[in-house]
Amino acid sequence: MELLLVIIIGLLYAAGIYMMLRRSLVKLIIGLILLGNGANLLIFLLGKIVKGEPPIIGPNEKMLGEIYADPVPQALILTAIVISFGLQAFAIILIKRAYKVVKTDDLDEMYATDEDL
Amino acid sequence: MKTIIFKSASVYLLPLLLLFSVFILLRGHYLPGGGFVGGLMASIAFVIHSFANGVENTKNIVKFHPGFLMPVGLALALLAGSLPLFTGETFMTGLWMDQPVPVIGTVGTALFFDTGVYLVVIGVTLTIIFTISEGL
Amino acid sequence: MSNPYIVLPVIFQLFVAVTLMFSWTNKNLQKLISVVGSLIALLISISLLIKVNQEGIQTMQAGGWIAPFGITFVADTFSALLVLLTAISGLAVSVFSVGSIRNARVRFGYFPILHLLIMGLSGAFLTGDIFNLYVWFEIIIISSFVLITIGGEKAQLEGAIKYVAMNLLASVVFLTAIAILYGLTGSLNMADLSLQVAKVENRGLVNVTAILFLVGFGIKSAVFPLYFWLPASYHTPPPAISAIFGGLLTKVGVYAMLRVFTLIFVPDTFLTTVITVMAMLTIFSGGVGALMQNNIRKVFSYLIICHIGFMLAGLGIYSTLALAGAVFYLVHDIVVKTNLFMVSGLIFKIKGTYSMRLLGGFYKEQPLMSLLMAIPLFSLVGIPPLSGFWGKLLLIQGAMDSSNILLIGFILLGSFLTLFIIAKLWSEVFWKDPQILPKKEHIKYFDELKPLKKRAMLASVVFLSILSLGIGFGAEWVMRIAMTVAENLMDPSAYIQAVLGT
Repeated sequence: MELLLVIIIGLLYAAGIYMMLRRSLVKLIIGLILLGNGANLLIFLLGKIVKGEPPIIGPNEKMLGEIYADPVPQALILTAIVISFGLQAFAIILIKRAYKVVKTDDLDEMYATDEDL
Repeated sequence: MKTIIFKSASVYLLPLLLLFSVFILLRGHYLPGGGFVGGLMASIAFVIHSFANGVENTKNIVKFHPGFLMPVGLALALLAGSLPLFTGETFMTGLWMDQPVPVIGTVGTALFFDTGVYLVVIGVTLTIIFTISEGL
Repeated sequence: MSNPYIVLPVIFQLFVAVTLMFSWTNKNLQKLISVVGSLIALLISISLLIKVNQEGIQTMQAGGWIAPFGITFVADTFSALLVLLTAISGLAVSVFSVGSIRNARVRFGYFPILHLLIMGLSGAFLTGDIFNLYVWFEIIIISSFVLITIGGEKAQLEGAIKYVAMNLLASVVFLTAIAILYGLTGSLNMADLSLQVAKVENRGLVNVTAILFLVGFGIKSAVFPLYFWLPASYHTPPPAISAIFGGLLTKVGVYAMLRVFTLIFVPDTFLTTVITVMAMLTIFSGGVGALMQNNIRKVFSYLIICHIGFMLAGLGIYSTLALAGAVFYLVHDIVVKTNLFMVSGLIFKIKGTYSMRLLGGFYKEQPLMSLLMAIPLFSLVGIPPLSGFWGKLLLIQGAMDSSNILLIGFILLGSFLTLFIIAKLWSEVFWKDPQILPKKEHIKYFDELKPLKKRAMLASVVFLSILSLGIGFGAEWVMRIAMTVAENLMDPSAYIQAVLGT
């Protein structure tokens, strides 16, 4: 399981950075989404995966058993997912607006910010 | 999508999903669920409706601009979070009523916070979807 | 000492933002609420700083969950000082916006988002939890995304794309660093991390994590070689927005760096060398970049980069004196940079252009206003006794003590470049013979504005100018605070004890 996750995380990071280096705006956003997912999986992996031991205190017990899954990484991932949901929605609307105004998808043709007054 | 099955199903799905989203919201404190999931589910109900009947019809159902839900939800969450400050506890401490309310269960500030999140999520998601679908 | 009210600066800004959202349609009411709210926020943060000064570090455990398990908020002198500066800049920008922001932008929610941005900044300064810091950073960037795009002009959208892409990348790098740190130590509380990281045996991995943090914060604070998004985007939004960005957004990255690299990762020779080299190159490239520019807002954008280098140099030297210099410079820079972008906005409103080539004769036409604008400009250069001088003095003293001659050379070079640029700007904009500029249709000139708006714009510039004079002449008082901050940064045991209570 860990090995599989490691490979997937590596692939997600590599694919994300590759996509970010393309000139197309849409691919830039896709790259960012992939990178974000890679980072989320990384938190999941580094939080030490424990199978079948949920962090739930039983009805007759006062504390958790010896081994239990760490709930913190999941809370972190959930927060990160919610945040990236908002950011990505914004980014998608931004590229849509930018495409309408600039009329191009190519980052190399966006040089209005470098123009001399 | 202009299929008659989907169109007539969406009419029934909308209230059902909304009801289910409220259920998810209420069970959220100790069980899987909560404001964020419930809010997403409620907005999915509207998304399905807009797929079947067009965004304009969905906008007519909602009546007011969904963006208005954002300040309402934020205000509710802020109030729930800062209520403990008035009793000298720290921000976000859960205050709970002694007696459980029938159907809902024990009511505390956490429920109001979650309801705030629920409203904000519906507001944000519907605003995003209505904005993206404009002029497609 | 536990104190549930230290989050009040954060909660109050959220309260103002929510109130503003409810009065979405009433523009004048929004302006009133924003200014009054910023004033109250200023009072709250002043009282916080006084309390911290008197009673030591204040902490708050959110929801009553004890550290290191819950989210901790900590107000030490450094945090309280920066919260105060945020409130000051927020007030100035809010007043300036009353005069300068167009109604179309107010209609799209300019004021609520501005207050959410200030909330995010205050939260980032007050939190004592590394993941919570990430969350505040995200609140800051999402608000700044909205502010930078609001209005939707062509240059704005293009600048925004560069800004959004780089900041999202920085967030991912930051999140990756947090993931590795959590995997190494199993903690997120910064005070606890300080103890745990010291125990980790795999020093190589600790250094990798430190570099990841350096890259993440480096993008946000625009240090060499990660700064290219800044000059491409900061000159595109309206001047009020540029002012809050230029004053505070990059500084929050510097704050995070100062905090993380003193508390969690105590730098070894390798890290200090890396940071020092980055600082030197940042000073150099920012200064040289500013030389080449013609747009005054782009000049100021490059000067932001140049002066970030000074603060980074303080971290690179890593001694009490140098850190005090960096903190002093941070205080000065927030006030002055906010003011400079507002000054550039005033110049634009009067003349209708940002181009140095076209501008001219400002001194002859507006002698009083030129004198006012001279204060932030020459504070930036650091002519004694103005505020920029003292921070640099401390930095150079710190570099002397560690006999880092090369760094002193670069700090002096940066100062001379700034002096040269400001002198050039002064002679081009203020002393050169005026040209007749064609009146542009879509700009509302300063003379055509209502008197209230004129006064609002001038009042905020006067307010910050007086403040930077105050920092210059009351340097002893600021220096004492900066020394306290630096001592606390060098010896974080008081911070750790206040949070963990052991």
